[in-house]
Amino acid sequence: MTNTWQDIKNANVVVVMGGNAAEAHPCGFKWVIEAKIENNAKLVVVDPRFTRTASVADMYAPIRPGTDIAFLNGVIRYLLEKDAIQHDYVRAFTNASFIVKAGFGFEGGLFTGYDEATHSYDKSSWEYDFDDQGFAKIDDSWQDPRCVINLLRKHVDRYTPEMVSRICGTPQDKFLQVCELFATTAAPGKALTSLFALGWTQHSVGAQNIRTMAMVQLLLGNIGVAGGGMNALRGHSNIQGLTDVGLLSNQMPGYLSLPRDTEATFQDYMSTRQFKPLRPGQTSYYQNYRKFLVSFQKAFFGAAAQADNDWAYDWLPKLDIPLYDIIKAFEMMANGEMNGYICQGFNPLQAFPDKGKIRRALGKLKFLVTMDPLDTETSRFWENFGPQNPSDPASIQTEVFQLPTTCFAEEDGSLVNSARWLQWHWKAADAPAEAKSDIWIMAGLFHRLREMYRKDGGAFPDPILNLTWDYTNPTEPDPADLAKDMNGRALADLKDATGTVTTPAGKLLDGFAQLRDDGATASGCWIFSGCYTEQGNQMARRDATDPREQGIAPNWAWAWPANRRILYNRASADLEGKAWNPDKPIIEWNGSRWVGIDVPDYGPTTKPADGVGPFIMNAEGVGRLFARDQMVEGPFPEHYEPLESPTENVLHPKVSSNPAARVFADDRAAFGTAPDFPYVATTYRLTEHFHFWTKHALINAILQPEEFIEIGEALAKEKGIEQGGWVRLASKRGFVVCKAYVTKRIRPLMVDGKPTHVIGVPIHWGFTGQARKGYGANTLTPSVGDANTQTPEFKAFLVNVEKAGTPVA
Amino acid sequence: MNLSRRGFIKLTGATLAGSSLGALGFGFAGCALAASVRPFKLTATSETRNTCTYCSVACGILIYSLGDRAKNAKSDIIHIEGDPDHPVNRGTLCPKGSALLDIVHAPTRLKFPQYRAPGSSEFKQVSWDFALDRIATLMKQDRDANFIAKNAAGSTVNRWLTTGMLAASASSSETSYLTWKVVRSLGMVVFDNQARV
Repeated sequence: MTNTWQDIKNANVVVVMGGNAAEAHPCGFKWVIEAKIENNAKLVVVDPRFTRTASVADMYAPIRPGTDIAFLNGVIRYLLEKDAIQHDYVRAFTNASFIVKAGFGFEGGLFTGYDEATHSYDKSSWEYDFDDQGFAKIDDSWQDPRCVINLLRKHVDRYTPEMVSRICGTPQDKFLQVCELFATTAAPGKALTSLFALGWTQHSVGAQNIRTMAMVQLLLGNIGVAGGGMNALRGHSNIQGLTDVGLLSNQMPGYLSLPRDTEATFQDYMSTRQFKPLRPGQTSYYQNYRKFLVSFQKAFFGAAAQADNDWAYDWLPKLDIPLYDIIKAFEMMANGEMNGYICQGFNPLQAFPDKGKIRRALGKLKFLVTMDPLDTETSRFWENFGPQNPSDPASIQTEVFQLPTTCFAEEDGSLVNSARWLQWHWKAADAPAEAKSDIWIMAGLFHRLREMYRKDGGAFPDPILNLTWDYTNPTEPDPADLAKDMNGRALADLKDATGTVTTPAGKLLDGFAQLRDDGATASGCWIFSGCYTEQGNQMARRDATDPREQGIAPNWAWAWPANRRILYNRASADLEGKAWNPDKPIIEWNGSRWVGIDVPDYGPTTKPADGVGPFIMNAEGVGRLFARDQMVEGPFPEHYEPLESPTENVLHPKVSSNPAARVFADDRAAFGTAPDFPYVATTYRLTEHFHFWTKHALINAILQPEEFIEIGEALAKEKGIEQGGWVRLASKRGFVVCKAYVTKRIRPLMVDGKPTHVIGVPIHWGFTGQARKGYGANTLTPSVGDANTQTPEFKAFLVNVEKAGTPVA
Repeated sequence: MNLSRRGFIKLTGATLAGSSLGALGFGFAGCALAASVRPFKLTATSETRNTCTYCSVACGILIYSLGDRAKNAKSDIIHIEGDPDHPVNRGTLCPKGSALLDIVHAPTRLKFPQYRAPGSSEFKQVSWDFALDRIATLMKQDRDANFIAKNAAGSTVNRWLTTGMLAASASSSETSYLTWKVVRSLGMVVFDNQARV
């Protein structure tokens, strides 16, 4: 989230598209109701189903799963056509005026530079026109046909209301009503907030779904302001933290990136991470990258990381491909290319696409380790549970270790919420019997490995033997010690320009501004620097004071970066530094510095007249309507059909689905087509359940005891399916036998002149826990991910449904 | 955090309930009942501030456990409710958060390490030493056999592809940091978390 949960109350328009907050985030959704009651806000819901969120909306528009970009490109077209954009904001704070170099183009569904053989782009033409000094050329008058705003206008011109309706199945009048409401927030004092979740991410075009809405928000001047922003309502309690700490194949803590094979030396690595400003005078904060990286290496390897060994650069593993994500991991496993796998609090057998493939792949491992408080399906993949898990144990040679861990109530530590707050929590009781913390288990494994390498040697032991481990309790490091590690400390006396010591050696740092690239500081996660200082554990703060009741609560816990609650908040003020919305200012220029209720996301004394852009992490200083080379499938968003789609892509039938999607051959062979699987399925969550955990909790198992699907009345009638009757739902990959809930909430959509039925598949069941045994929705889902992030396409795939008899037992 | 909000409410609330019930004509017996029943459940508990384990609204919760945290006292969690001071949830919880007690005490909570041998159709309880020794040995064997120090072009890459890890999504940032350290020091790159699902 760019903003906070409470800040939603400041919105004039709330758009829930790509999510169902009332069901999935009920206690956060109360702030939408607050906005409606206290701020007279309008709630818009765009969703294939009439959801719980839609039931309290002022406006609901249905949409076919997987067509959000067509809808939003249509919105952009409308805003530009009606000139309903916030001009001063767009001119000063976005790259609308930037001139794109000659050679960039788009034709027949493809941008320039496509290579059919590799399903990827040479992105060199997706770039600005630069002057002799290396600065991007701009045209403030927007006359140049190659400036971004004009190229965007041309790109979205095809997305007329007729075309949107043809692709999305949304009635034209509904679509236009939504456009009109969006447009009202182009006024400088008005704000629209976008609340989204997996409904946008779980598509082969997931990242572009979100990007398209971010562009809408930039055009409307809604980023950085109170009641605005792009607000990803994240899932698990610390998934934001796991992302921040970089537990992803290509990431390092604080969004630093792991080296690639092509970056043989530290100099090679740094050369692509200089982030030279692309316009005069811009901040381009990542120019400090070297400080973050060197401080990280000092935190990891201590004295063994020195200037003369390039800060132990070679001790970091290097990647030969962009990602070793989960889909790739299970492909490798299925091909017999992996021997061991460790699942920490994660249940991939239920949670990942094409359950049959996951089960087969796990059976090819030499060993599987699970660490979990609960008895997960993954840890029992080898066991025969009947049709819901038809395994033959005798034929599976995998050694399986099921390790019991503590749960949230049995440990100290911090979790990062959706609004980037690091909230410390405290242990209330010991874990049952012999269950141990993940920290104890990881430390136990590490010590055993390190001892063996010390004693017997082995492959490249250096990073193992030199890893810092100076914790008070080495067998189970105190979470406070680990938090201090991430915060960082001075390794030598830090001095100011006059030579006065500002931070003595050994002291904790106040924030990342103190980090150095000469080895004098250590910090394990630079964006968390400031969370645990000499003033104590900032994450443990519990002062709910909220200046002007504006939803900031700056002294409750601690937010990264630098306790900043609203990202890009410089954009909340106009070019002179006065708030666009004088009733809800965040920071303003008082003549000598930026002051207000939040920490400025900007130089605190940078004058408005200096023309420094508010998007300080971007080398341009402005928000990007044209993404340059940041996305794999194009600098502008384009509608591509899901990999399994009921219709051709009416814009460009030859390029139907995402041309840059990575699809493995066996997965492609397992895609179904509309003649065999004529209905669109989409998976989702219920308010009574959380993934596959709560079926272990008695109350939740009673509330929603068994697997079911939701099906519209028209389709049910056509197929002779009764309310509560048994059905068999099948995709090319597998089938589920469960009950049908026949509902008015899903209605057929007219897509390209044909009625299209959508079937809803809640995900929560499996074969362990207290609820009734179920197959799990991912028995059906296709193994293909978003082309940028590899998030699986769970929200749009093809199925068939038939009435079934009552299963035996 | 150790300030007992319950204790405070108990004192003021009991008086209030007593007087209003009295005004409604319940008399002395009703007063005594109201004053004793409600505070009784949590009167001997310890209060701990925590965060709901499910979604990332991150509702504040208060956990009440029996036992006073003395060295020989064993804490037992008997009640969990929303933290009324929390600026986001303001004391409310959803159907999942309201049932947190049932997940803490779920009958399928794991209590001992278990091991399943190749081809076996059952788990067997094992010691932690057996489990961790065996896992570490398997990891080292695999790493030593398959570690890639240099790629085909001869440049240093120091990666290990044949064992992978899926990290958690509800464990603390401190746990995740330690996990990162261990995983990357071994050169592991098949590494992901639940951010995507």
